[in-house]
Amino acid sequence: MPDTRHVTPRNGDVLLLAGTMKGAFILRSSKTRGKWEMGGPYFPGSAVYAMAYDGRNGRHRIWAAAHSMHWGGLLRSSDDFGQSWTNPEEANVKFPEGTGAALKQIWQIVPGREAEPDTLYCGVEPAALFVSRDAGDTWSLMEGLWNHPQRPQWAPGGGGLCLHTILLDPESLDRVRIAVSTGGMYVTEDGGSTWRPSNQGVRADFLPEKYPEFGQCVHKVVQAKQKPDRMFLQNHWGLYRSDDRGESWTDIANGVPSDFGFCMSIHPESPDCAWIVPVESDQFRCTPEGKLRVYRTRDAGKSWEAMTKGLPQNDAYETVLRDAMAVDPLDPAGVYFGTRSGKLYGSADEGDTWSELIDGLPPVVSVKAIVVSLPGGA
Amino acid sequence: MPLVFMIPGPLRELAGDRGEVRIEGTACTIGEALSLLWASYPAVRDRVLTELGEVRPHVNIFVDGLNIRDSGGLDAPVRDGAEIYILPAVSGG
Repeated sequence: MPDTRHVTPRNGDVLLLAGTMKGAFILRSSKTRGKWEMGGPYFPGSAVYAMAYDGRNGRHRIWAAAHSMHWGGLLRSSDDFGQSWTNPEEANVKFPEGTGAALKQIWQIVPGREAEPDTLYCGVEPAALFVSRDAGDTWSLMEGLWNHPQRPQWAPGGGGLCLHTILLDPESLDRVRIAVSTGGMYVTEDGGSTWRPSNQGVRADFLPEKYPEFGQCVHKVVQAKQKPDRMFLQNHWGLYRSDDRGESWTDIANGVPSDFGFCMSIHPESPDCAWIVPVESDQFRCTPEGKLRVYRTRDAGKSWEAMTKGLPQNDAYETVLRDAMAVDPLDPAGVYFGTRSGKLYGSADEGDTWSELIDGLPPVVSVKAIVVSLPGGA
Repeated sequence: MPLVFMIPGPLRELAGDRGEVRIEGTACTIGEALSLLWASYPAVRDRVLTELGEVRPHVNIFVDGLNIRDSGGLDAPVRDGAEIYILPAVSGG
């Protein structure tokens, strides 16, 4: 196994949690975000589709969903920025007896809101939502969604039948929105007991009925923290905005080279600003014209501008997967993305200029960006 | 005679850092034999079996040289003193 090196974050540092098909990496920089050092690989050989940082209740815990092709997957955590990791005796996320299901992959880990400091959620394949109420010690299936009568009609996309997006409403602990490829979006307003599809205006080009009640292949959804009614959605064909908290969706593919893509991020403060990386089509899932371009809107999707400075514009046939883009909470916001070809790019000025942070990683499948807050500001 | 389990490298830290584990006990099938292994080293179980109790698709178990996929699965018979290999399949990428 490869030697693993570690980073030692200081208070206020920016960390990138990069999950790849063959392990996880942690990149560290000061808040200037000009120079990066890297720790890892962690879990070498295992795919890490999801990582998260839990800084609530005095914790500074990193979560990683490490999945070995041979030995299965489970959630592992580190309280020392990767120097040591838990290795639970029993798989901590598993389907209960009677469901007839077995975990294939953990796709998303989301710490709960400030008012629920010991709650975490994770989305998995086959599509289901799990919750922990004890800071990740134990997990249980949210059966309201699992038992939804439409679930048997969901179908796997290219990545499998995965629940990949979990949006926790900042104003109601009972409201959670999830997205499934391929099942579409569902929302609960009673803490998970009941769920309803919520896909009005989102098309499904791959079905005879183009605007079904459910069954869309939603690739990523983001929600504005300061204005929760505002959401953006990158669909399997289709780019959308909602101004009513996801109840209806409006096409905003205004001036992008393709409305097909996977990743999407929203500005930490501005509800009008979001980033995407379009790919050509479902048949050729690479950046159009061999140009690696991030598109940014600052007017809620009325227009999009190509961000190219520092990104290769010749023979760059790249793919950025649904969870491989992240934004940090600093001002100006840092934007980061990883490619299937193992490159990690970053911008410290909201996308105006870019730098290649590292090349040569395994295929990047997830990126999270955080600012470290250590006790006492150490 | 004890059952002899050969533990693959990635699982050895969950089996007392041992590559070979000998367990006394009686088992008629490989499923029963594995239960004896889990009783001593419970963390190995979820790495080898799914929550449906099936051998993970990229794990192979050999009893005295025979892959149990060809000899009855978890119902494959084991003899007293059988040599049982748990191995990762060649799959990867």
